[in-house]
Amino acid sequence: MSAKESTRVEYGKTLAQLGAENPQIVVLDADLSGSTQTHHFAKIFKDRFFNVGIAEQDLMGTAAGLALGGKIPFASTFAMFATGRAWEQIRQTIAYGNLNVKIVASHGGVTVGEDGGSHQAVEDLALMRILPNMVVLAPADGPETRAMTRWAAAYHGPVYMRTGRLAVPVIYGNGYVFELGRGSLLREGGDVTLMGIGIMVQACLDAAAGLAQEGIEARVASLGCLKPLDWELVVDSAQRTGAVVTAEEHMVTGGLGSAVSEILGEHCPTPLQRIGLRDTFGMSGKPEDLLKHYGLTADDIKQAAYTVMARKASHLASPVMDRQAPSLAGR
Amino acid sequence: MLDDEKADKEITAIPDHRLLKETARQVRLDIVEMLFRASSGHLGGSLSAADILVALFFGEMRAHAGDPCWIDRDRFILSKGHGAPAYYAVLVRLGYFPREELLTLRQFGSILQGHPDSGCTPGVEIPTGSLGQGLSIANGLALAARLNGHASRIYALLGDGEVQEGQIWEAAMTAAHYGLDNLVGILDRNRLQIDGHTAEVMSIEPLADKWKAFGWHTLEVDGHDIPQLLAAFTACKEVKGRPSMIIAHTVKGKGVSIFEGQKKYHGTAPNPEEYQQAVKELGG
Repeated sequence: MSAKESTRVEYGKTLAQLGAENPQIVVLDADLSGSTQTHHFAKIFKDRFFNVGIAEQDLMGTAAGLALGGKIPFASTFAMFATGRAWEQIRQTIAYGNLNVKIVASHGGVTVGEDGGSHQAVEDLALMRILPNMVVLAPADGPETRAMTRWAAAYHGPVYMRTGRLAVPVIYGNGYVFELGRGSLLREGGDVTLMGIGIMVQACLDAAAGLAQEGIEARVASLGCLKPLDWELVVDSAQRTGAVVTAEEHMVTGGLGSAVSEILGEHCPTPLQRIGLRDTFGMSGKPEDLLKHYGLTADDIKQAAYTVMARKASHLASPVMDRQAPSLAGR
Repeated sequence: MLDDEKADKEITAIPDHRLLKETARQVRLDIVEMLFRASSGHLGGSLSAADILVALFFGEMRAHAGDPCWIDRDRFILSKGHGAPAYYAVLVRLGYFPREELLTLRQFGSILQGHPDSGCTPGVEIPTGSLGQGLSIANGLALAARLNGHASRIYALLGDGEVQEGQIWEAAMTAAHYGLDNLVGILDRNRLQIDGHTAEVMSIEPLADKWKAFGWHTLEVDGHDIPQLLAAFTACKEVKGRPSMIIAHTVKGKGVSIFEGQKKYHGTAPNPEEYQQAVKELGG
């Protein structure tokens, strides 16, 4: 992949296009319009852009009021402050009231880099996924960001979308159309399924390419729509491959790994390995160093694939009753 | 209120002070009845806000006969969401739901939740109850009305203890920064919060000076004097380029001697004896 685009930049540019197409769209920011990229919209539509200053709680409440008044507000700030600082405002007003507010938060994950753990949201997807009425999205690349932003503007209801700071490889074609509750099958394979969200989709593709050189055929599913999750794609992939790896630039609790575990645990128990942060905060450093440190690389996904395939093999080799026997005997 | 003969006409209330006073008395009776039946709820802050709500809804706010969702209507946000019983007693008189619903307050399956929920109750604009959030919402409505070119005025009722929430002052800055002269805040200054007097729990004075310093046109009225409240609403319309805050001095539990000024009745329903006395004092 040569072309790279940043999801936050593609969000900002798409928002500016949408502003020209739909006069009901308004945009709010909390003193981070350069970083979140809402400045593209702000420059053109001055009367429809509201900076509330460094006040994320007020940001969410004001957006809620604008939605109540018939507008389509997009509220942006860093993912940490949107979902952390203003979680209760989002819960009490936007989600509980089922209001037409789009929260698009940038700087998700550890690839924020040098700013460190205070600014790296690694729990935002969990905080939003737990809310009734909320749709939760995390695009993998530029085209998916553009499609999701356009979809969110047309959809009536609360939406959370996470964008990232870095430029990332382009995966999807420009004709990509986003559909609520649908993931994408990016690669077929029968040995293991790699399920990714956000920047980890590319890492899954890279891991699959590496595995292919070793004769392992990995299926790759992109699950940028975390809520509602593509239940059918998850279960079908698990049934076809019998081994699943999830990968997210987020805690393994509450995000994609949790969501997939929940579905598989209830409907299709399958050996699963989760790639993500494990009970830890982020830290300062170069994004690539941080991805390595937290085990978020294509190589980590490959290792997880080996592990989960070994578990699949042992499951197939030993029927359920045999596996239970030793523990019963040991009592 | 939703008079068929006035269908398709904007209703501009012609305030009759005696009628409004009588309505406020009936609203208070309803509040006492609802809370007694529910055996729970916020008595003191509902009674303190009764005159404010009656003056606002029946003496000031523009509605549209036959169309409660009229886009250009005046809007109200009950930021002090625990005052829900007073709000419901007003909404029922505007025809939003049948009167018998009042007696289901806080019960399983009721359209009248313990705190306002727009998903359940016709006439409620947005869920409130977690304090400190309503003024930001009102700001958003005021900005939307301005963008839409609507003449709507936006009203938000705040509790006095509520201004201890930091978000109120974020919203205070935003409203002044954007010059929201279609926004009126009303502060129910009943001087009590759950744990005691506001002066003891967390001082909020000098209250009027704070709002003035934040750039708001600030008035002080007797929150139980309906002509004073109506005059204040009218005066706020003359103010251009900045929001208005009406500090309404009230008595918590107003209208029933045993409830007045007693912190105990912030979130307590009357027992049978208290209920009997309240009904008697309110002339029910």
